[in-house]
Amino acid sequence: MIKHALHAARRAFSPGLRCFSEASGGEISEDVFERAGSPRLTKQASLYVHWPYCLRRCSYCNFNKYIPRENNDPMMTECLQRETETLLQLSQVSCITSVFFGGGTPSLAHPSTIAAVLESVSRRAYLSDKAEVTLEVNPTPVGKSKLEDYCRAGVNRFSIGVQSLQDGDLKILGRDHSPHQALQTVEEARRLCPGRVSVDVMFGRPKQSAESWENELSELLRVCDDHVSLYQLTLERGTQLFKQVLGGEVTMPAEDVTAEMYQCARRTLHQHGFLQYEVSNFARHKAVSHHNTSYWKGRQYIGVGPGAHGRFVPRGEGGVVREARTQTLEPDVWIREVQQRGHGTRRRIQLSHLELLEEVLVMGMRMSKGINHKHWELFSPQLGLHEVFGTSNDIQELLQSGQLILDDRGLRCSWDGLALLDSILPALLVMLERQISQRLQRDHHADGQTKRISNPQ
Amino acid sequence: MTYTLLRHRWMKRLPVFSSSSMVSTQTDKDTIDLSKFPVDRIRNFCIIAHIDHGKSTLADRLLEMTGAIATTDKNKQVLDKLQVERERGITVKAQTATLIYSHQGQQYLLNLIDTPGHVDFSYEVSRSISACQGVLLIVDANQGIQAQTVANFYLAFEAQLAIIPVINKIDLKNADPERVETQIEKVFDIPREECIRISAKLGTNVDKVLQAVVDRIPAPMASTDDPFKALVFDSNFDHYRGVVANIAVFGGRVKKGDRIVSAYLGKTYEVNELGLLRPHEHPTQKLFAGQVGYIIAGMKDVKEAQIGDTLYLQEQPVEALPGFKPAKAMVFAGMYPMDQSEYQGLRSAIERLTLNDSSVTVQRDSSMALGAGWRLGFLGLLHMEVFNQRLEQEYNASVIVTAPTVPYKAVLSSPKLIKEHGSEEITIVNPAQFPDRSVVSEYLEPMVLGTILSPDTYTGKIMTLCLNRRGIQKNMVYIDDQRVMMKYLFPLNEIVVDFYDLLKSLSSGYASFDYENAGYQAADLIKMNILLNGQPVEELITIVHRGRAYSTGKAMCERLKDSIPRQMFEVAVQASIGSKVIARETIKAYRKNVLAKCYGGDITRKMKLLKKQAEGKKKMRRIGNVEVPKDAFINVLKRKDK
Repeated sequence: MIKHALHAARRAFSPGLRCFSEASGGEISEDVFERAGSPRLTKQASLYVHWPYCLRRCSYCNFNKYIPRENNDPMMTECLQRETETLLQLSQVSCITSVFFGGGTPSLAHPSTIAAVLESVSRRAYLSDKAEVTLEVNPTPVGKSKLEDYCRAGVNRFSIGVQSLQDGDLKILGRDHSPHQALQTVEEARRLCPGRVSVDVMFGRPKQSAESWENELSELLRVCDDHVSLYQLTLERGTQLFKQVLGGEVTMPAEDVTAEMYQCARRTLHQHGFLQYEVSNFARHKAVSHHNTSYWKGRQYIGVGPGAHGRFVPRGEGGVVREARTQTLEPDVWIREVQQRGHGTRRRIQLSHLELLEEVLVMGMRMSKGINHKHWELFSPQLGLHEVFGTSNDIQELLQSGQLILDDRGLRCSWDGLALLDSILPALLVMLERQISQRLQRDHHADGQTKRISNPQ
Repeated sequence: MTYTLLRHRWMKRLPVFSSSSMVSTQTDKDTIDLSKFPVDRIRNFCIIAHIDHGKSTLADRLLEMTGAIATTDKNKQVLDKLQVERERGITVKAQTATLIYSHQGQQYLLNLIDTPGHVDFSYEVSRSISACQGVLLIVDANQGIQAQTVANFYLAFEAQLAIIPVINKIDLKNADPERVETQIEKVFDIPREECIRISAKLGTNVDKVLQAVVDRIPAPMASTDDPFKALVFDSNFDHYRGVVANIAVFGGRVKKGDRIVSAYLGKTYEVNELGLLRPHEHPTQKLFAGQVGYIIAGMKDVKEAQIGDTLYLQEQPVEALPGFKPAKAMVFAGMYPMDQSEYQGLRSAIERLTLNDSSVTVQRDSSMALGAGWRLGFLGLLHMEVFNQRLEQEYNASVIVTAPTVPYKAVLSSPKLIKEHGSEEITIVNPAQFPDRSVVSEYLEPMVLGTILSPDTYTGKIMTLCLNRRGIQKNMVYIDDQRVMMKYLFPLNEIVVDFYDLLKSLSSGYASFDYENAGYQAADLIKMNILLNGQPVEELITIVHRGRAYSTGKAMCERLKDSIPRQMFEVAVQASIGSKVIARETIKAYRKNVLAKCYGGDITRKMKLLKKQAEGKKKMRRIGNVEVPKDAFINVLKRKDK
């Protein structure tokens, strides 16, 4: 009922708007974009909504999350709606191609909050009923019980934070679910959204061995849907785990071991028909995450909620340059700001042409397909991939050693190269900067100014 | 990355004296008539001592007691003007002070020439000694004779000066002057009755020291009737007035307006100003035979005031005094600006500093890793450290200092090369210029004679250390029932880096060490290359003794391995002699280097990190296919931080 009503509302709020993605079921094909300055690139965006609250603190997490002292969900909901509307207005996008609810623990939010935010989106922009709407789910019994309501609210894809199928490991990580509960949640999600469920798993956990990881992965493959995200656990300063490792209570697997785990996972997933389409993402039956793909393709995104990041052109105030935008971190402060001026944008930095291309490069190279010529030309119509990267000795060495491929399709890493991307990127960035600055000198062009404002009006 | 200069381990550090209030000099400018001091009422003396035995404190007391400076608590190391001297509690630059002392109804002019304690500065000591007829040899009543006491004693002894042994710090709880007197008798063959027991700190018996100076030190052999003749024993450079030369008048008299000649250069100058140092400049009308003072005569360059030069009046030429042998650099180190943009600034700082320290040799040098810089030669390690510290403190220059090397020599066998170099024997300062074995009949390395004094409980450990450093024991004596003095012949190269640290730590700080140069000896030297994936690294070429090649090579490979980041391929770090690899370390290839999670969220942080790596990449030096950060060379080349 609710779902039906919402879809009706969407149509009602955005009459006459047509999104290009509609035909392809939420996926945007490349040819909808033209050049960087083209209105079409700036008329669309994806939307990220950050729910900042968690029930407890995971031992490894240094993300922007808060353990709420009181229930201020209604206030949070209202502010998320308000900021969504303000930023949509500012961006002047006519179409939202996908929505992602992340956190924190967004599955703590009431389904009506999700519905309300989606409603706000539909009020200001076109949101196709086929557009991907993902929610991160903590696989607890409570999370599981709400899945159906989330679907009714408009969610059509779940990303489930399974993390591990080892009970002991989940405890060390400070998670509040058991492997059994995780499996049940995945099952329920698959029932509701068949083919649109992703599981998140983590490797490189304390005391983990390559062998146990392989077994765990096999077990997971028996129950999972068509999408797997792999994360390597990284020790972050200030976390409880960091302290434990420093104090010698917990040992982390060595670099060689985690490298082996990564390669093992890539092989195993490949054997099970999962294609690696990004450094840590694998899909079969083309069940890729459209939302995340649009990040890697350098498209616009709007970030709503405390600490959310965005990349878009604020056309609503006459802007023509893409900005890197960050919202205020602390939920209470953010709420106050949204109440006072409609949004909690804390920092805006105009991206220079070079900075934009650097992001396009860094994000694009994470995909196994890399950056094709058309994709690059969208952002750099004057300097092609061959012109930027074809002449450098450094890059020739990478091409010759088979880590990197530059051909008539575009620029990408080889299977081996992808695991070493962070060693390859500095060489590419050096070359990009050199070519762009030479170009600038030739054109007597002055660009690259950034402006920072701490307190936008 | 900033290279902080190490406190030198040769000596215990004294507290920093922050007292900046300089001493109030008495305003008796016009009251001194120097003609009233005939030669027989002049005494020239200096104080020599091991570090921290109280030389400068005694100087302070002598200055106070003779009214050169006011008596106050703040007089601490008045003669140590440099910040580095006050911080380290050492004297680097000799200072001179003239004291007026009344004894048995007569006024005496006592010229105290303060000297550096360390043998690195023995060129300063020997210069000072040449202007003196006697020395006060100070020994700490608690520590007894130390290595530098011995070294300094011999300098004075060889110059045939009157030696007055002074046992200082008798106020200390553990003072044992009896024992020290025994040591003095045993080591220096001076009767114990001649020792004066004092406490410079409290002023106890300091008057006896002054009396002894008058009674036991002979007056200078000089006559005011002779033609004017003076020895330049030190010089300073003043930005406004040019060169200020310290002179000892050996005959006749000189006054303002006189035209004087430098025997060395043959150039004539007019005396603009002259006077006594009390210790601050105190202008007078004239200086007479036997007296010591300063002279300013329009010399614009320190090179014009050659140390050891003789000055005379234009109309009365005299035979020049013997002069000094120029000091010889024994320790070399590369110095490079932290950043090449600081090259000019560092250059002018080094130039200004060498104006006042002509013993530092400066050679331009360049390294592919560190850019343009200099190879500086020093008299010893302490000299090098003091120079660096002055560079940093007085000129605010930050420098990269490479590990010190010593000047090797090669005796050439090829007539063609001999002709090319103009001599059979060449000195090799830069390892890259080490001639091949095939054109050399033998290599020579500089040797030093080291003196170690230590409580005998550490003898075994010390002997093992010395043996490991290719030391040959020359002598070992007990200077009392517990302390032993050992003499070892060492290759200089073996003691330039960390010998003293090890000696100090294995003796819980009780052993003292000093050395003097002992010529060159034939040595089995070889050139060692460091290779990265088979490519030699020019800046890391090292000359080593064959027997030490493996350990040195291994240590260098290890340090390099730790400083080169992992690459996408395996990197072999090797030390080789000729084509033979003697040590190897392997930097394993990255198997995985990619951030697992990267979404739209905060990519700013990731971008920053990558941009930083890209910037770093631009600054890397490529050797073959290996990218090496500059830090890596610095880590291998610079002296170890401890």
